[in-house]
Amino acid sequence: MEAIFEWLGIGDSVQLLSLSAPGWGMNLLRGLANSLQIALGAFGFGLIIGLFGAYGKLNGGPIIRDLLAIYTTVVRAVPELVLILILYYIGTDLINQLATAWGYGRVEISGVAAGIWVLGIVQGAYATEILRGAMLAVPTGQIEAARAYGMRPLQVMRRVTLPLMLSFAIPGLANLWLIATKDTALLAVVGFSELTLETKQAASSTRAYFTFFLAAGALYLMVTLLSSVLFSRIEKWARRGQPSMRGGGG
Amino acid sequence: MSSFRAFLMPHRIVMFLLFVALVIWCAVSLRWDWLPKYMPLAIQGIWTTLILLVASLVFGFLLAVPLGLAQAVGPWYLAWPARAFCTVIRGTPLLLQIWLLYYGLGSVFPYIDGIRDSVLWPYLRLAWPYAILALTLSFAGYEGEVMRGAFLSVRKGELEAARAFGMPRFMVFRRIWLPLAIRNVLPTLGGETILQLKATPLVATITVVEIFSVSSRVRQDTFIIYEPLLLLAVVYMVIAGIIALAFKFIETRVPTQR
Repeated sequence: MEAIFEWLGIGDSVQLLSLSAPGWGMNLLRGLANSLQIALGAFGFGLIIGLFGAYGKLNGGPIIRDLLAIYTTVVRAVPELVLILILYYIGTDLINQLATAWGYGRVEISGVAAGIWVLGIVQGAYATEILRGAMLAVPTGQIEAARAYGMRPLQVMRRVTLPLMLSFAIPGLANLWLIATKDTALLAVVGFSELTLETKQAASSTRAYFTFFLAAGALYLMVTLLSSVLFSRIEKWARRGQPSMRGGGG
Repeated sequence: MSSFRAFLMPHRIVMFLLFVALVIWCAVSLRWDWLPKYMPLAIQGIWTTLILLVASLVFGFLLAVPLGLAQAVGPWYLAWPARAFCTVIRGTPLLLQIWLLYYGLGSVFPYIDGIRDSVLWPYLRLAWPYAILALTLSFAGYEGEVMRGAFLSVRKGELEAARAFGMPRFMVFRRIWLPLAIRNVLPTLGGETILQLKATPLVATITVVEIFSVSSRVRQDTFIIYEPLLLLAVVYMVIAGIIALAFKFIETRVPTQR
């Protein structure tokens, strides 16, 4: 096996990437696990914000609607990197003030929690818009019928709107998930050891920049491609029972 | 007129007054004494950001057109690499791409024979060529995908009519196919331009001094955290607003049959 790698001229790279001690493979995988954990958390947090946001934008009063419009506009106009820094400092400040007010002293905030909080708020703005569009695409007749049966608003939401809008929302949400996985790389700038930062540390201590950055790129690409497959399955499941559009016109 | 009346709804007036109060509170009780000292640097930083943005948009779009064309109608030996390029660019974080180019290429170049004596060497030691290269490739990757759909969205009859007029193939492309394709995706391009603006601060991590790194410098020098970041957010919002307005203006000028 090693002879083959040597013959290919990538013996050094394989050694550097190996999972056991002299290699840095384990560090990269640990970074990947951190990245995925944050991406999942932020995506979930963003979905919750998005559900409430979309519901508020469609059914809320004028004040709620305007406030949500400000939230989505600002978040989508300011670079994620800037938002991450602002939210990171605000979050740590708030928690520390609360902690000192209750007499605990300064708290060390875990990177995972901070990352989920920061990226979740960013994701929430995009999720709001995606879910709002999907909810609008649900035929009004269905919702009226549900109301005519005497369902309360939350029941209509749970039983009719959410299941019906899912097939419209999945493509946008798939895109959002991919953005979430890639945005975790931005947390490297605030010093959180996710995949990109682990890669840079490994690269700069071994001087093998190409090896490590290409390896990390391959890991990200693997996540992306696997997610696309998974989401197309989910979309097929969400579309079950709907007539196929293939052939068109029909 | 109607938008003005909508603005005069009572809750909007209250919100506007609250906003004005917030701005006044920010101006009075936050620290702005660092502003005059860093103003020239900040203006230079904004210019750098704009230059990075415009250069990567222009070069990226020039690359995106052949990428989109190759994917839409090219033979497999062109379509396949183009699709692979777009997938790789869209599937990996931009920060990783920037670091790969800057640290990776930057660590390889000095060992290539003769490159230190070449005319290019003074530029290869700077950070901004790598920044522009990375931003350009990233924009080309995303836009290649957009242009693929754009080229396919042009109706076949238009191209056939152009051919029937006896236009050569390149003229059909220049006069009919490309303009119609761009018109179809103009709103998307506006959104992508704002996304590209939001990608520019990443090059601050490879020591390019644009507006984001100016604000980081202020933070490190003076230990003032929120004020530079707030101002930075406002600067980006203003630029994004201008881009949105510009695209809205272009869209009104472009004739549509719809």
